[in-house]
Amino acid sequence: MLHDLRELYQAVILDHAAHPRNQGKLATATSDQLVHNPSCGDTIHLYLQVIQGRIAAIEFTGSGCTISQASASLLTTVIKGKTMQEALTLADHFSALAMGQAAPKAGLGDAVILTQVMQFPTRIKCATISWWALKQAILTEQEEEA
Amino acid sequence: MRRSDFPELTRRIGDQPLTYLDSAATSLMPTPVLKVLQAFYATNYANVHRSVSTLGYEATNRYEEARQQVARWLHAGSDEIIFTAGCTDSLNLVAATWGRQHLHAGDEVVVSIMEHHSSLLPWQQLALQVGAKLRFIQLTPAGTLDLEQARTLFNAHTKVLVLTQVSNVLGCENPVGQLAKWAHAVGAIAVIDGAQAVPHLAVNVAALDCDFYAFSGHKLLAPTGIGVLYGKRVLLQQLPPYRYGGEMIADVSCETASWADGVQKFEAGTPNIIGAIGLAAALTYLTKIGWQRIWQHDQVLLQDLATRLAAIPGVTLYGSGPRYGVISFNLAGVHPHDLATVLDQLGVEVRAGHHCAEPLVHALGTESTVRASVFLYNDQTDCDRLISGIKTAKEFFHVT
Repeated sequence: MLHDLRELYQAVILDHAAHPRNQGKLATATSDQLVHNPSCGDTIHLYLQVIQGRIAAIEFTGSGCTISQASASLLTTVIKGKTMQEALTLADHFSALAMGQAAPKAGLGDAVILTQVMQFPTRIKCATISWWALKQAILTEQEEEA
Repeated sequence: MRRSDFPELTRRIGDQPLTYLDSAATSLMPTPVLKVLQAFYATNYANVHRSVSTLGYEATNRYEEARQQVARWLHAGSDEIIFTAGCTDSLNLVAATWGRQHLHAGDEVVVSIMEHHSSLLPWQQLALQVGAKLRFIQLTPAGTLDLEQARTLFNAHTKVLVLTQVSNVLGCENPVGQLAKWAHAVGAIAVIDGAQAVPHLAVNVAALDCDFYAFSGHKLLAPTGIGVLYGKRVLLQQLPPYRYGGEMIADVSCETASWADGVQKFEAGTPNIIGAIGLAAALTYLTKIGWQRIWQHDQVLLQDLATRLAAIPGVTLYGSGPRYGVISFNLAGVHPHDLATVLDQLGVEVRAGHHCAEPLVHALGTESTVRASVFLYNDQTDCDRLISGIKTAKEFFHVT
């Protein structure tokens, strides 16, 4: 009966939640975005350093459930080194997949596991909130550049 | 107790039977109440207080009988019972009418840290608008209200005490009567949120000597969208209307208007007639089973849960007994939302989060908790399934 849950809470997800990668307040950040889920209190603060259109460094701080924290951690590993446009595309693909829509999985790495969250409608926001923060941070960065 | 009266208990969550432990959010409706609603819609449905028709007369009688029933149950007069859209609406009504009239710059509102947002926010926002100050009653280390500290908060500037009778997170009963006395001693009024108290305690507004008392029907087996505000007669007479519309007037001209006497002044527009009928039916049902029997049943289940939860390594219980209706806890190493998701997969429905009481949850040193709540239809099997679900979650998340 916990089969669907096992598909979502795989060992790699539990590992990222327990040992988040790229955790910290990036001192060299060129933009940052704080997001908060008022219904559960999950918080993600994402910090990006963009150099010549490329995300050279990325870190986050936050607190919340396994899904939200693992999602932020996985996001940082996937996004580091990508161009802003590549990152925006990946963010859109992740959000679409998490909501059960068709989208390419290429480039998302282990983050793809979290798109299983589509089977748990009340938890989709936990997985997507950090990707939404990424998108906002990049859009802000692009606005400032323009 | 009477599980067979509650049809929703026969449904399944996925492939699992339902264990409903979220009555503090909303209670289930028994067949006798559903039948009254159906019969009213099918045979008595009409607007109230307007028509000279037989149907209008009958509907008005039923609606007013519901008011009288609520009044008797709370030990109030029926001219002190306002039907509202819910407890939130009731509490907003007091701040928007009495509060707007009486709260000024420099005044103080004594409010407990335990308040639900619906009790805190109307006064917080009004205080911000008029330049008044909120003074919070804090917690003792045991998780009860700090009465010694509370006593120091009342002074000549205090205009109102805002207090929940039973915390929707901790389940503890606050000494409403005592605090209302302190409020009255400095000329303040006492506004009491009874949302979590009414299903689990005998409420006598006359004995509590509170000035306003609010609750919702849907935590008492009635439909959503119906609530009650009790207000002392002498206070209600002095209040301005809450909203404007039909049936709350005495006389209207193009330029001006005067207001209806009594509680109708506060019930603009077509009220939630079916909600009031449903609330009356729910009170009839609960009274027939016997309140003492229900309270005792809930106490036994909660005490059992408290003992068994405390025995699970890694479980932190919040507050201390006796608890009324709810018990909140956390499991070390598992976020409340992850635990609630596992329990849901096992058919056990609980609430996880800050329970619309963020200041309290932060005062408890956490961001969120899991909350299980019981009512008359829960039984030992429900407790067993919660405890076994927590153990399953520990295994699932490899927590020792």
